[in-house]
Amino acid sequence: MNLFRAHVLVCGGTGCTSGGSPEIRARLEKELAAKGLDKEVKVVTTGCHGLCEMGPLVIVYPEGTMYTHVTPDDVPDIVNEHLYKGRIVQRLLYKEPLTEEKVPHYGDLPFYQKQKRVVLQNCGYINPERIEEYIARGGYSALAKVLGEMTPEEVIAEVKKSGLRGRGGAGFPTGLKWEFCRKAPGEPKYVVCNGDEGDPGAFMDRSVMEGDPHRVLEGMIIGAYAIGASEGYIYVRAEYPLAVKRLRIATKQAEELGLLGDNILGSGFSFRIHIKEGAGAFVCGEETALMASIMGQRGMPRPRPPFPANQGLWDKPTNINNVETWANIPDIILKGGDWFASMGTEKSKGTKVFALTGKVRNTGLVEVPMGITLREIIFDIGGGIPNGKKFKAVQIGGPSGGCLPESQLDLPVDYESLTGAGAIMGSGGLVVMDEDTCIVDVARFFLNFTRSESCGKCTPCREGIKRMLEILDRIAAGKGKMEDLDLLERTALVVKQSALCGLGQTAPNPILSTLRYFRDEYVTHIQDKRCPAGVCAALLVYRIKPELCRGCTACTRVCPVGAISGTRKEVHFIDPDKCIKCGACMERCPFGAIVRG
Amino acid sequence: MTLKSLDDLRRLREEVQKEIETRQGAEVQIIVGMGTCGIAAGAREVMTAILEELARRNIKATVLQTGCIGMCEKEPLVDVVRPGEKRITYGHVTPRDVPRIIGEHVVNGRIVEDLVVGRAN
Repeated sequence: MNLFRAHVLVCGGTGCTSGGSPEIRARLEKELAAKGLDKEVKVVTTGCHGLCEMGPLVIVYPEGTMYTHVTPDDVPDIVNEHLYKGRIVQRLLYKEPLTEEKVPHYGDLPFYQKQKRVVLQNCGYINPERIEEYIARGGYSALAKVLGEMTPEEVIAEVKKSGLRGRGGAGFPTGLKWEFCRKAPGEPKYVVCNGDEGDPGAFMDRSVMEGDPHRVLEGMIIGAYAIGASEGYIYVRAEYPLAVKRLRIATKQAEELGLLGDNILGSGFSFRIHIKEGAGAFVCGEETALMASIMGQRGMPRPRPPFPANQGLWDKPTNINNVETWANIPDIILKGGDWFASMGTEKSKGTKVFALTGKVRNTGLVEVPMGITLREIIFDIGGGIPNGKKFKAVQIGGPSGGCLPESQLDLPVDYESLTGAGAIMGSGGLVVMDEDTCIVDVARFFLNFTRSESCGKCTPCREGIKRMLEILDRIAAGKGKMEDLDLLERTALVVKQSALCGLGQTAPNPILSTLRYFRDEYVTHIQDKRCPAGVCAALLVYRIKPELCRGCTACTRVCPVGAISGTRKEVHFIDPDKCIKCGACMERCPFGAIVRG
Repeated sequence: MTLKSLDDLRRLREEVQKEIETRQGAEVQIIVGMGTCGIAAGAREVMTAILEELARRNIKATVLQTGCIGMCEKEPLVDVVRPGEKRITYGHVTPRDVPRIIGEHVVNGRIVEDLVVGRAN
């Protein structure tokens, strides 16, 4: 076997792939061959490293040097300087935003230092398309342990001891869920992996499926053994083509090695996994709708009980867990429930993966121990708000979650504390907003999303969300009344209490939390007819400050509707009735004489 | 190949661990001077010989490169660092010296005195 003295890891996550990492890989191979280094330097495509903001990423081992924003044209330097001569290419290193200091080593980045990587331990480190690399990292050892040494009851007891709770957002204890399903009468039993990640801005599950698909499979096989299931489904949305592809490769490789199929590792236990592509309806993330979709029916939820543990797929006992939940299982088995329970808070154990997006410097994927504060995630790991802007709010849990202000930033990340603050843990989307974000607009955005994703089966969700959105539209248009706020709140509570499934029950959360923390901003929209962030177009007024206007006519020429009058060397004037609030004049004015407010 | 037992899995794991060893970094480091001076004096051939020898003997070691350190006259330079021991620099290394450096020093910890040109902590 060839000894490769260096491995060049090219990120093959969705972000870096669209940033051009396949071309980088091709160029690397070409340049390495040209230098005669192809026998000693290996190029490996990996899953997501998390620091998507800095992508495409290339990491060179054994040194662990990380190169950021790499383009194919940077490849000759990496090959000639680093791989041939051993000199680090300084210009491609990560630069600390505050100190401007260059950080050559991957592990020294502040972004990674507060993280605790369990679920993501292999993401960005192994080639997800080779089962051998997963096995080399200890993969499938947990399965071997379970099949060789543990009874199904012992497996369930270990998962219960770990305190693991559902990572899809609701936080139901996983061990208990497994036990219900194991004890439920009926054959065959099914396990399902919910990979229908639909929150805007969330990509945790996608990254795990793309970066370490075997971890999910191993978790499912262990779960199936514990529950007594013989068939499994991974429900993944078709919009995740890379995840689908890697899962298919992974199941095929596991089948070839005999880790899936009949008589796994000679234990007598048999289990198969099917991959089901979903069409991308948000409601299909709800478990009963998801099961309907797997069975070929329209994705609509049904009332519970009966719970899936008793009557799931084809009315048989079925256990559904989220991708991240499954991915936690192998380490719980290998290191023990006590190890897992040693991380986190009293009621929320282990780690949680978050997709950090929005107005934050280091957007990307982070895994942190439960109990860490939102402030640490956003400011220490995320690097704070870019462009000198002020933090305003963070939406946690996507359209089902809530919007938390600065005063709640020291809240520990924990299922109960987040629910208490009016948000939810959710599946892990964190959207950071700065002072330029209008809170009414945010609520409208999420309500618009849930309105279009509502399946329409139950009236509270179908009608309630639409009515709430109409009120929000009114407020944003400057036509709101103070009574609207009470009406909004009342409708929100009714929908929350009466909707059939989680989609409707949580859809009012963005409204309730913004009313709770940002009520004055709603009031300003209604009473002063003003949008403080300058977002709601109907409430914007552009005007010219006469003392700053030099009469250059630049704005009059750029205005597409001829709303600005005034001749050369005279102070100009914007006609508010004609103005369409496009902002072109403000951008054009060389003297900063045009203001919005 | 199908894994039929837990032992099969264990054996496969041991076998494939080599694949990702380079990413983990080994305890012993071998550093080759790859400045212009080193390359001109034949450092590439020395490095190739090192890689071949390590693979042939199935030895875990991290092979790194470094730039010119100023002793251009004594290139090719090869440093061997064993954990907790001094960094030993060998000079005028040729591919023929490589088996000795690896066999004596890397594996057994016995410094190849006649080739040493420097010692550092």
